[in-house]
Amino acid sequence: MAASLSPPRLLPSGDSAIAVEFARTIDDIANQRVLALDKAISAAAVEGVTETVPTYRSLLVHYDPERIDFETLGARLVALAEAPAAPAASARRWRVPVNYGGENGIDLEDVAKALNTTPDEVVKRHVGGDYRVAMIGFTPGWSYLSGLDKSLHMPRRQSPRVFTPMGTISIGGVQAGIQCLAAPSGWHLLGRTAVRTFQLHRDPVFLTEPGDRVTFYQVDAKTFAEQDRAAEAGEIIAELVAA
Amino acid sequence: MSKLIVTSIGPASSVQDRGRYGEQRYGLVPNGAMDRLALAAANTLLGNDPFAACVEIGPFTASFTARGSAVRVALTGASRSAEIAGRPMALDASMTITDGETLTLGFAKGGSFSYLAIEGGIDGEETFGSVAVNQRAGLGSPYPRPLQSGDELPARPASGAPERQIELPTAVTGPIRVVLGPQDDEFSDEAKALFLASEWKISATSDRMGYRLEGPFIKHLHGHNIVSDGTVNGSIQVPGNGAPIVLMPDRGTTGGYPKIATVISADFGRFAQFPAGTPFRFKAVGMNEAQAEARKFAELLRSLPDRLRSIEGFELNLEALQDANVAGSAVSAVDAGTWQAEVLQP
Repeated sequence: MAASLSPPRLLPSGDSAIAVEFARTIDDIANQRVLALDKAISAAAVEGVTETVPTYRSLLVHYDPERIDFETLGARLVALAEAPAAPAASARRWRVPVNYGGENGIDLEDVAKALNTTPDEVVKRHVGGDYRVAMIGFTPGWSYLSGLDKSLHMPRRQSPRVFTPMGTISIGGVQAGIQCLAAPSGWHLLGRTAVRTFQLHRDPVFLTEPGDRVTFYQVDAKTFAEQDRAAEAGEIIAELVAA
Repeated sequence: MSKLIVTSIGPASSVQDRGRYGEQRYGLVPNGAMDRLALAAANTLLGNDPFAACVEIGPFTASFTARGSAVRVALTGASRSAEIAGRPMALDASMTITDGETLTLGFAKGGSFSYLAIEGGIDGEETFGSVAVNQRAGLGSPYPRPLQSGDELPARPASGAPERQIELPTAVTGPIRVVLGPQDDEFSDEAKALFLASEWKISATSDRMGYRLEGPFIKHLHGHNIVSDGTVNGSIQVPGNGAPIVLMPDRGTTGGYPKIATVISADFGRFAQFPAGTPFRFKAVGMNEAQAEARKFAELLRSLPDRLRSIEGFELNLEALQDANVAGSAVSAVDAGTWQAEVLQP
């Protein structure tokens, strides 16, 4: 392991948050450093830090300026970021069922056409991916996944949709996603899952954590409908294969 | 059971409190009051926790009727006419609504949001420590949506405690102060200078997610797409159309447009109160000044109990009363959903 890593940039986000930026692009190494710093801050219980938000390439650290100032906290965060990371705990892996195409994946055929291949081949490449939850954001539970097959990278839609349904499984640019709530989206809709990554009155309310691994498996529309009813009743549906 | 019935209410009105913190890493935004000082002042007038739930009332008229017993309330925030069964109610003061009487509020003047606190707070089922409304996520209590006519807010019978007024510091005027960044390096020096030198107006299509600004085109150096990163209240993001959007408490937790600057926390509530069409300017300040102002603001919030006064001799806002039926400064109904799809997406 290298003795120290290059220092991140400290970007002020107002007077009560710092974005600790490791890269400007989507970068796996940067994302792992984000997640490592997130863990290190939590383990060190840094005075004044109120919450942290991991994203692809930066960690947003919210803090209370009455308890710690920008300079002091910034120096502390740089020191934590440069320290060699503790060996990553074995990540959890979720197996997530997806019903591809048809009314649940209205963009599947267009994606296949744009990529000059067949819908089955798109499903095969998507379902074959080994993904990691790089970040969760935008709306509750929306899990942004890294690890999308390069052959499925394509620009977002020219015009975003005002409404996309809950459980949407989609791709946009180099990213794949599990969307929990109905929301606007400019991504391509490949299918839907019954899994709710956010559900009130369920333990846990939030299913996925940044850093979790994800694999998909294909189910038919009938299975999706059954799983959806069970999920509505509070079942987790996704299988946890490693803890 | 005692309650306050929402007899009439306009859009952009909801139950809000301190907000829910700690879940932004899961995409759940805090929500919470647009103007924390006004929220805390209203609660302090009634001896409530300063950040307990209040009714956040948008720019339009509203009325509330007490049922089951007298209900004691306090009103702060935007200036507007207020009367209970014909008796004028002072702003920044408490008053008791007798069983069956109605509190009638006029249009907001020189502000956007009023805070109506109820003695004892608004009972509801908390999620992550808050009853604040987040309609998209189905959160908020007693109703997980903006308030509508006919809604009922649980209340306690009025305690009979003496009515109070609260002396708030003279309203700060002048530019809205910002700290540049986190992505100010995505803009040329000329674009930053233009941003800071220009007069801006808040678009009528603004809401609790974001205030869209009307003014000159702010050009990016390297295009308008960045890799999504975290947002805060007051993040000023610039989408492809060059028109900045200031992110408000119902924002997405992450966003993919460059953020040129961030409104300092001490000025956030004042900014949130600007009605649509208000001309204003930004001013960049250093981190030391921004954090000193944040500490002063926290001190002001803590000082609120010392600012309570007895109600005698309290001068009523006669000007507001005279304008009770004048809708001149009200903004048009918020048009949620139309612009959000284009600028707020993953």
